[in-house]
Amino acid sequence: MLSEAKLSELKEKARQLRADILRMLAAAGSGHPGGSLSAADLLAYLYFYKMRHDPGNPNWRERDRFVLSKGHAAPVLYAALAEAGYFPKTDLDSLRKFGSHLQGHPDMKRTPGVEFSTGSLGQGLSAANGMALAARLDGIDNRVYVLLGDGECEEGQVWEAAMTSVHYRLNRLTAFLDYNRLQIDGNVEDVISFKDPGSRFKSFGWNVLECDGHDIVAIDQAMTAAEEYKEGPSLIILRTVKGKGVSFMENQAGWHGMAPKIEERDEGLKELGF
Amino acid sequence: MGDKIATRDAYGKALLRLGAENPDVVVLDADLSKSTKTAGFAKEYPDRFFQMGIAEADMISTAAGLATAGKIPFASTFAVFAAGRAYDQVRNSVGYPHLNVKIAATHAGITVGEDGASHQMIEDITLMRAIPGMVVLSPADAVETEQLVYAAARYQGPVYIRLGREPLNVIFPTDYQPEIGKAVTLREGDAATVCATGVMTEKALIAAEQLAQAGIQIKVLNIHTIKPLDEAAIIVAARATGAIVTAEEHNFMGGLSGAVAEVVVRNAPVPMEFVAVQDRFGQSGKPAVLMEEYGLTAEAIVNAVKKVIDRK
Repeated sequence: MLSEAKLSELKEKARQLRADILRMLAAAGSGHPGGSLSAADLLAYLYFYKMRHDPGNPNWRERDRFVLSKGHAAPVLYAALAEAGYFPKTDLDSLRKFGSHLQGHPDMKRTPGVEFSTGSLGQGLSAANGMALAARLDGIDNRVYVLLGDGECEEGQVWEAAMTSVHYRLNRLTAFLDYNRLQIDGNVEDVISFKDPGSRFKSFGWNVLECDGHDIVAIDQAMTAAEEYKEGPSLIILRTVKGKGVSFMENQAGWHGMAPKIEERDEGLKELGF
Repeated sequence: MGDKIATRDAYGKALLRLGAENPDVVVLDADLSKSTKTAGFAKEYPDRFFQMGIAEADMISTAAGLATAGKIPFASTFAVFAAGRAYDQVRNSVGYPHLNVKIAATHAGITVGEDGASHQMIEDITLMRAIPGMVVLSPADAVETEQLVYAAARYQGPVYIRLGREPLNVIFPTDYQPEIGKAVTLREGDAATVCATGVMTEKALIAAEQLAQAGIQIKVLNIHTIKPLDEAAIIVAARATGAIVTAEEHNFMGGLSGAVAEVVVRNAPVPMEFVAVQDRFGQSGKPAVLMEEYGLTAEAIVNAVKKVIDRK
C-alpha cells in the first residue's frame, strides 16, 4: 500500500515530469505533448515506486523492464529517466537536436535506461513478450511493463503479440493502455471504430483491469490485482486525458504532435504551479 | 560430390549442435517448423523453442526482445515473409538497435517451385542489405550453410541467412571454414570473373569447366557474404580479369548484381553482365524448369561470360 507520504511524493514527481515535458518540447520546437502528458502519472508511479531498477546500473540483469510501445511519447520517458538519474536533467534541453542522445523516438542504443527502440507503432508488446520469455528461461523474477496507445491498437501486430502473451502465460508481464481516446486525425472511434478495448483483450484471454489513469492510488490497486492474477498477462486500461494537466491541451487532438511555443510553455507551467 | 542436401536441412542440423553448445541459443518459428527444419531443435530443446503461429511481425519483434536479454534468437520462416512481410520489424526492432537476432529465411528464390510467385522471394537480398549494419549471408551448399550458421551465432549483431528449399550438391569439403565477409576463390582464370552466390555457385563452376574446354579460363568467386561484401576481392578480380559476371537466384536490382556493381564502378570500372532474375515475378513450375525459364543456368553464365569478354 502506498503511504500518504509516498503518494504526495509521486504526485510531485508527476507534476515535475509534466513540467519537464513542456520545457523540453518548447526547446525542441517539435514533438508530442498530448500522449506524454497523459502518461505522466503512470511513469511517476512506475519509475519512483513500482519498478525494481538502478539508474547507476542500467544494465542490471535482474531489473524490471519498461517498454514504451507508443514511442512518440518519448518526452515523458526521458523526463522520468532524467528525474531518476539515468542522465543529467540538463540533457532534456537537447531533445531532438543534432548530436543529442535524446532522439525524436526512443533509441535504446543511445539513451541509458531506454529498454527498447520504438517509434514504429505496434512492436513494443512483442518485444516485451520476448523480454518476459527470456527472464523465464533465466529464472529471473523481474516484471515487464509495456505502455500501449489506444490508437496504436489499430496496428495488427498488437493483436499478434496479444495472442503470444496469453499463449505463453506471461503472468509477469503487465500492459497498460493509455486510453485517452484521441489520435492524430481525431477521436479514435471516428478514425477506425476502435471501441471497448477491454472486451477485445478479454476475448484474447487477457486479465483486464481498468482505472483512472491519473489516480496513482487507483493505478496501484489495479497493479496489485494484476500481480495476484497468475494465469497469464494482465492489461490495465488507464482512463486518461490527452494533454492532462495543461487545460488548453486537454482533449485536443491537435496537441498530439505539436510543441508548445515559449508563451504556451509558460502558461502551462503556471497552471502546473511553476 | 555426394548426396544432395538442401541448405535448410543443413540449417536444422546446425541448430541442433548450437542448441547443445550454447544455452542462450533460442529458436522461433511461424508455423513452418517442418519446412524451415527448426522442428528438430523444437523436439530436442522444447523450452528454448517458441512457436509464434502465423505472425511473422510478432516473431521478429519477440526475437528482438529476447536478444535484449542476452539470448541468441534464430527466427525462421520463408524468405518472402521474413524479409517482406516483416520488413519493418526487421528494420526497426532488429536493425536499428543492432540486436543480436539471426533471421534464417528458407524457401528463397524461384526454386521454391510449384507454390508460385507469392512464395518465391526474389528481392530479399536487396531489402536486407539496405538495412544499415545487417549482415547478409547466402550459402551455396550444405557444408557452407552449417559453417555460416555457426559463424552467425558467434557474430554479435543482426544476420540474415538466405536458405533454399531444393536439395543441392555438396561442393565444399567437410573441413571448409568460410569466414563472414571473405569471398572464396573457387577457380582461377584471367578472361573474366564470375561472382556467384547461393544455388548459382555450382552452376558457375559448371560454366567455368565448359568455358575451359573452349579455351577460356575464368575466375569464380563464391560470394557467401553479400554484406559486408569482400570489396578487396572484387576489385582485385576486376583489375585482373577486366570483366565481371554476377550470378544469383534473385532480382538483379539491388541484389548481388547491384552490390558488386556498386564496388566495380567506383573502384575498377569494367564491363559487367548479370545472370539474375530480370525484374519479373516467378511462377509455378518445377524448379529446374523455372531456372531455365528465368535464365539461371550454367549455359546462361557461359553466354554472359562470352558477352562480357566481347565488351572488354
